[in-house]
Amino acid sequence: MGVILLLLAASITVAGIFLAAFIWSVKKGQYEDEDSPPVRMLFDDTIPKSNNN
Amino acid sequence: MKKEAVHQKTTCYHCGEDCGKQIIMVEQKNFCCDGCKLVYQILNKGGLCDYYELTKNPGSSRKISVRKDKFLFLEDNKIKQSLITYSSETQTHVSFYLPQMHCSSCLWLLENLHRLDEHIVTSKVNFSRKEADIVFNHNKISLRNVAELLASIGYEPYISFKDIKKDKPHFDKSKLYKLGVAGFAFINIMLMSFPEYLGIDTKEQILVNMFRYLNLLLSLPVFFYSASEFYVSAWKSIRHKYLNIDAPIVLAVIVTFGRSVYEVVTGTGGGYFDSMSGIVFFMLIGRVLQDKTYEQLSFDRDYTSYFPIAVTRLNKQEEETVTLPDIKLDDTLLIHNEELIPADGILTRGTALIDYSFVTGESLPVKKEMGEIVYAGGKQIGSNIEILVIKEVAQSYLTKLWNRDESKSTDSKKQHSFVNLIARYFTWIVFSIAAIAAIYWSFNDPSKIWNSVTAVMIIACPCALLLSNTFTNGNVLRILGRNKFYLRSATTIESIANANHIVFDKTGTLTSGSYHDIEYVGKPLPLAYKRKLAILTSHSIHPLSKALASYFGSAVHEDVIGYTEWPGHGIEGIVEGDLVSLGSRKFILDDNDVLDETAVYFSIEEQYYGKFIFRNQYRHNVLMLISQLRKSYSLSLLSGDNAGERQFLTGMFGKHASVLFHQKPNDKLEVIKQMQTNGDHVIMLGDGLNDAGALKQADVGIAVSDNSNNFTPASDAIIEADQLPKLAKFIRLCKINKRVVMLSFIISILYNIIGIYFSVQGTLSPMIAAILMPASSLSILLVTFGSSTYFARRMGLV
Repeated sequence: MGVILLLLAASITVAGIFLAAFIWSVKKGQYEDEDSPPVRMLFDDTIPKSNNN
Repeated sequence: MKKEAVHQKTTCYHCGEDCGKQIIMVEQKNFCCDGCKLVYQILNKGGLCDYYELTKNPGSSRKISVRKDKFLFLEDNKIKQSLITYSSETQTHVSFYLPQMHCSSCLWLLENLHRLDEHIVTSKVNFSRKEADIVFNHNKISLRNVAELLASIGYEPYISFKDIKKDKPHFDKSKLYKLGVAGFAFINIMLMSFPEYLGIDTKEQILVNMFRYLNLLLSLPVFFYSASEFYVSAWKSIRHKYLNIDAPIVLAVIVTFGRSVYEVVTGTGGGYFDSMSGIVFFMLIGRVLQDKTYEQLSFDRDYTSYFPIAVTRLNKQEEETVTLPDIKLDDTLLIHNEELIPADGILTRGTALIDYSFVTGESLPVKKEMGEIVYAGGKQIGSNIEILVIKEVAQSYLTKLWNRDESKSTDSKKQHSFVNLIARYFTWIVFSIAAIAAIYWSFNDPSKIWNSVTAVMIIACPCALLLSNTFTNGNVLRILGRNKFYLRSATTIESIANANHIVFDKTGTLTSGSYHDIEYVGKPLPLAYKRKLAILTSHSIHPLSKALASYFGSAVHEDVIGYTEWPGHGIEGIVEGDLVSLGSRKFILDDNDVLDETAVYFSIEEQYYGKFIFRNQYRHNVLMLISQLRKSYSLSLLSGDNAGERQFLTGMFGKHASVLFHQKPNDKLEVIKQMQTNGDHVIMLGDGLNDAGALKQADVGIAVSDNSNNFTPASDAIIEADQLPKLAKFIRLCKINKRVVMLSFIISILYNIIGIYFSVQGTLSPMIAAILMPASSLSILLVTFGSSTYFARRMGLV
């Protein structure tokens, strides 16, 4: 019984964390531009940038 | 002219275009024009030549240079404020729309702007929207400088009148949140329902209750938040005294939730929380998929996207920049070469040569003398002109056409969808089955009435129908989008499938707008004379001269003595000792006959020689498309141009088709209206502002564009010109879409019959519901995706 309660709490917490991560990612605009990030990560940073944004 | 050896094609290092005969060489690299070379030199100086490594010839041609003070209006404070998104003491944020952006090199270069100018702090590109958010230090560099820097490297910001209004569409995130919440709840409820399905020990009543109440708790956000999408739509439809497909779904969701809460509270059962949240989850996936928008395209353009943000006004001979809404009657405006005329006015200085092709469909620039009225929307070619405003911007001929109230709203279109029609019958059938079950049980076992009626409502939810519809539509939209045929919304698919009449515009739609098909009629032309004509035409920027110059082969650069251009008439000059004149019939023959053809006459030493007749260049494979469509559709052609090609076009469209010329924008609209009163469902294909009214009026307006990033009038769909020959296939796919929905609907009815079999007996257990629901959803998903993709593949569209 106690184990089941523990597991329940754990599973809902984990799922809740994923939900929070999803909401965060939507809020940060990860679904707004699906074209540039995959290209951007392939560029070499030849000269160290003064700004990383 | 001697026959030339075919020269080796040298392509420009910057833009990849053919360099022609005059190649500009810098550091072993070839360039087609000074503009391209300049961009290379700027980038080279900034150490940004990686630009050329990432993609081959990434630039866009710079043959047409940007006017020096084009961005002068960015010094104006009012305009500046309307463009800037955020400003602090040292930093200013601005977002520019850069239509030239097209590849990963562009992305790289635009995000490295700070290496070209140290006062630019950062720049971040949104590729889907073709926008760059730039942060710069406004104490060191002005907004105008930033725009000029972008223009100097080939990314000229497009700033239009619309930017003033600041009503940029925002990406709708609410559906994604709802989807996330529903998914979270669905999975957890599913997990916590297992113990009950698998027969938990009844002795552990506390545990059973805990699972049930947890399920109830988890389903609350689904019921009140995630499903709100459907409540709103259902409520709207009921208020319009009409049942759409969302209404029975909302009924099912509410009944399921109500019964489940009742069961949990009274301790009689576990409820159907998993089925309910599952339905909502799957339906939301469908909606998100179907609502997939093409962000970089705009289907809702009005005139404000075409008009410049500001123009030059002359105030007591002083030039000043003025925003469009501030233009008043009796203002004098200065219009530069290649600039759009923003308001109707009277020409007060200079000779105007106005390109109205976008407004009226006439393929040739029109000449206007002083004192004549020029309409807004035309583009001045040649020297600067001045106009006196006689109508304000919002009142001009063109904008009035845009602002017409259209009877056709998107809501009324939706109501005709066959899915909603089926849904209505469906609802009544479900109600009668529930009633029959209730009557039956009231005679046999009244305790089962409640049970069976609610079970029927739960199981017979038309969610499968909705799912099949949204998933098929979503997939078809995706397939068409990949073929560069972009639909505004899913309802357009059905409108296309239902159409029976297709109307084409000519200039820019069937033809590519440029003249390449030239026929010579007249006395035999010696080579020496051809050379003279080539030299003469190479001096003019008139589109027909340009076409002739390229017809004669590569340009010969020789001086012409006493070269004169008579706008709207012709050109003349002494070429290698002979006076050569070239121009309209009136200019050369001095008579007033008007022939319905586009031709250029010429004389040498005042002796008439012959004429060149121009025919529009039809797009590749357009003839084939027309002959395919002729078999099953009524076709029409509405052209704003002259009737020079009537014979050819009637041959192409067939005798029964109506082929009309000299159609003004308003005429086109009226013709479409007439067709609709005759009961036709019309698809209209057009490209310019002159088609805008007709495109809006038609059941489906398809804008044809050479490049989907170009500006197109408001429409239901945008098709790339290269893809036009595939139109017949696209229409077929839209028709198949309907059949696929039907097929999956039949499957979902089979599931419903099984479900109803249990539910009318009052024996629908949560477990059967929990198995039936995902099974039907998943199989419908497979059927819709599978079959629509299969048909598309068979047609070669995938």
